[in-house]
Amino acid sequence: MTTTTAPASAPYRPSAAKRAQLWLANHFAMLSAILVLLYLFLPVAYTFAFSFNDHGKTNIVWQGFTWKHWQDPCRVAGACESLVTSLQVGAISTLVATVLGTLMALAMVRYRFRGKAASNVLIFVPMATPEIVMGAALLTIFVQGFSNIGISLGFGTIVFAHIMFCLSFVVVTVKARVQSLDPRIEEAAQDLYASPMQTFWKVTFPLILPGILGAAMLAFSLSFDDFIITNFVSGNESTFPKFVYVASRRGIPAEANVIGFSMFVLAVLLVIGAQVVGSWRANRVKG
Amino acid sequence: MAGFREAQGDLRLDSVTKAFGDFTAVDDIELHVPRGSFFALLGPSGCGKTTTLRMIAGLEQPTAGRVMIGDTDLTGSRPYERPVNTVFQSYALFPHLTIRDNVAFGPKRRKEQDAAKRADDALELVQMTQFAARKPAQLSGGQQQRVALARALVNHPEVLLLDEPLGALDLKLRREMQVELKRIQTEVGLTFIHVTHDQEEAMTMADTVAVMNKGHIEQLGAPAALYDLPKTRFVANFLGQANTGVGTIKDTDGDHLVAEVLGTPVKILKSRSQVHDGEVVFGVRPEKVTVSRTQPDGVGNDVRGVVRDVSFLGVATSYLVDMPSGATWSCYEQNLDVEPLDLRPGDEVWLTWNPGHAFGVPVDDR
Amino acid sequence: MSGLAQASVAPAAAEVTAGGDDQRPTRRSWTAYLLLLPGALWLGVFFVLPLVQLATVSLQSRFPGFPGYYYRDVNFQNYVSALTDYGPHFLRSFVYAGLATFLAFVVAYPLAYAMAFKAGKWRNLMMICVVAPFFTSFILRTFAWSQILADEGWVAGILNFLHLLPSGHIINTPLAVVAGLTYNFLPFMVLPIYASLERADPRVIEAGGDLYADGFTTFRTVTLPMSMPGVLAGTLLTFIPAAGDFVNMELLGPQRGKMVGNVINDQFLAIPGGYPVAAALSFTLMAAILVMVFLYVRRFGTEELV
Repeated sequence: MTTTTAPASAPYRPSAAKRAQLWLANHFAMLSAILVLLYLFLPVAYTFAFSFNDHGKTNIVWQGFTWKHWQDPCRVAGACESLVTSLQVGAISTLVATVLGTLMALAMVRYRFRGKAASNVLIFVPMATPEIVMGAALLTIFVQGFSNIGISLGFGTIVFAHIMFCLSFVVVTVKARVQSLDPRIEEAAQDLYASPMQTFWKVTFPLILPGILGAAMLAFSLSFDDFIITNFVSGNESTFPKFVYVASRRGIPAEANVIGFSMFVLAVLLVIGAQVVGSWRANRVKG
Repeated sequence: MAGFREAQGDLRLDSVTKAFGDFTAVDDIELHVPRGSFFALLGPSGCGKTTTLRMIAGLEQPTAGRVMIGDTDLTGSRPYERPVNTVFQSYALFPHLTIRDNVAFGPKRRKEQDAAKRADDALELVQMTQFAARKPAQLSGGQQQRVALARALVNHPEVLLLDEPLGALDLKLRREMQVELKRIQTEVGLTFIHVTHDQEEAMTMADTVAVMNKGHIEQLGAPAALYDLPKTRFVANFLGQANTGVGTIKDTDGDHLVAEVLGTPVKILKSRSQVHDGEVVFGVRPEKVTVSRTQPDGVGNDVRGVVRDVSFLGVATSYLVDMPSGATWSCYEQNLDVEPLDLRPGDEVWLTWNPGHAFGVPVDDR
Repeated sequence: MSGLAQASVAPAAAEVTAGGDDQRPTRRSWTAYLLLLPGALWLGVFFVLPLVQLATVSLQSRFPGFPGYYYRDVNFQNYVSALTDYGPHFLRSFVYAGLATFLAFVVAYPLAYAMAFKAGKWRNLMMICVVAPFFTSFILRTFAWSQILADEGWVAGILNFLHLLPSGHIINTPLAVVAGLTYNFLPFMVLPIYASLERADPRVIEAGGDLYADGFTTFRTVTLPMSMPGVLAGTLLTFIPAAGDFVNMELLGPQRGKMVGNVINDQFLAIPGGYPVAAALSFTLMAAILVMVFLYVRRFGTEELV
């Protein structure tokens, strides 16, 4: 409202209280969203802050500032070893689960076949099963069944388990991407003399690649952060979450905070990088 | 290209049937499309025209029957083994490839040495050369349409299939592309098979139109012939407008049949009626009907009615006339008279037509 | 007089629908089986088979005097003792998980709503902010809550100052467990709700506002029903892991009065001879959750879960 047009009657001006109320109503959702985001970051901030705590036996109460945990996070026995194990487990599980899951997603979207409903259930139920039940079930079969064929708890069993629980999430993520792909585009490729293999590699694969990458990122983060199932099937092997959990009985050393926070920063940078590359490519396409 | 089938000649469908479970989409159709013609498959959605097209392309396999080009039987071969290309509905351009790479896709798959050069030639044919380096998302609908056309034409297919290619364009662009498609077809001399639900589009572009309904071909012929003398009630109604009424054939009068349509006798030329006794659907096109204030003298049939609505269209005036029975007829009068009729809703008028323009079709379509 | 009763003006084109009469392609199915096989086999060997094994373990009996040794049996006593000895643990698991799910819904909804309708260009950034905290380890985050909620911390300080804490503590109480559960599974609530709100047309909500004028009524009658598939998926994705969790209880909860997850974990990993009862507990938990999921989905039915 500008006064230059000078309306015949005086323009309606709400009272200050009314205006405040309106402003609050307009921004209520955004204000509460910001509060929730702050809440989400609170533990991260604590993790960061307590990585500088010059703590004694336990790292619960703030005692004083020090750089020493950042200078050599590997000083604590097992911290970096378990981190390496987690990264290795994550890499292998992600690779296998992404390949297997992508194949399954393609089958589920692009084909009609007998047993599709059953396959859907097989993919869905692992996501609806509590981790502790999956962990317990895997433990019983590894100890009572597969031990007879020479499999003992350790690195291998962790990877087997991680591939299993990542698989369903990969299928669901890739499936969504394949569903959004116009089937006519694949038909067009066939029409233009591309064999089924060429159609897949020249057309389908490049188009669903973002979905596959997203699924891989999800799988890695699920695997990297898993504790409950790992705890059941790891035997004497230790992953980073397991290391932190075991340490928590005695008090988590601040070096774990250093590693945990660094992984957080790394992951955030990766996601932002992917976003920037994505929007850069989108802008380039728009020209 | 392993398995690629070179073939030349007319396209023939021999008793082709396609069933999806209980539903028969295409029911035992015969089709013969001469080499180099512009052929349109016209019908409402669900009539089986797209399924027919997909069987020619190899994207579907017929449940029964054969698809032939010349003497080569293509039945059972995959889409990439056929000398047939499709311009897809909504174009189906590859979003991750540039325009040039989209067009060069086919030649590259066929290991042509000069794929890039041929792509550029095809782009020039559709006047899209300056967009070669862009991605499909950067083009307008009309431009994407041209690229889709180039992408199919570059392969010099024996038969080019067009699946509702102009459906996504606005009216003005559609007119332009109709002319453009016709020009390109004449230039390259390929067989074009055009699937559409737009009767006007089919009639303006095609040499031959096949009207499809419920999996059958109702009638096949030149557009003018189909319009002038429909052979089924469906064709009469689907292709342009028709004033129709159900009656019974009572008598003959020389070359004419005399049918009684609810008390009024009307004449139909024997040669223009598909039935010669019993029930018949009588019909006459709106522009064949003359509107006048007084009863005209002549050999024509005439009927009295009351004007309900007048729309002035510039080149013509369109009238809706209520018949005493409650039916409404539609009439077009070209604005040729120096003194216009100047009719108003409520005016009483006489409608007349030359019996030579009337047609008779069976009451039941299949 | 003419009486062309059935005469009609036929429409120029019967139907003008762009979709056409296309059918989805049916492709040969053996390729589908080939694609499906490796993944299905993996799920068969490492999900279905272990569950079968777990079922047989839940019916095994102990060798008396040899803890950790079992023989094949059909011993339903394991289930009886699972339910009688650990009934309260089940109850706590479900109550705490239920409370956490409800709280997560209350906290998540405004965030998802703001992301879908108010965030504009900040949408992607907000999305990153929702997911980012979960890149720090689950255990570390939970441990951070034990620092935040510690007796010496500011949260307990403020609440004690207001005399809102009867026992004077938050840490090592069920309240801390529920708080931890709420926090840890929050993204599983936010993201599905956001996804279903984002798909909704904001003009429909504006129309609601236009017709009802009252913000809350619009929310209750238009916005919330439109986001129901997301709410449904979100509550399941939050409730299921929360009900089976033991880490929050272990790190934040009291010494006595554990949840069923703690019992399963201890019986399997800490107490010799606990396998059969622990297996029975696991199965009961899974069955209870599956039944609840089934009833819940039937009640609010949707196909969009998978």
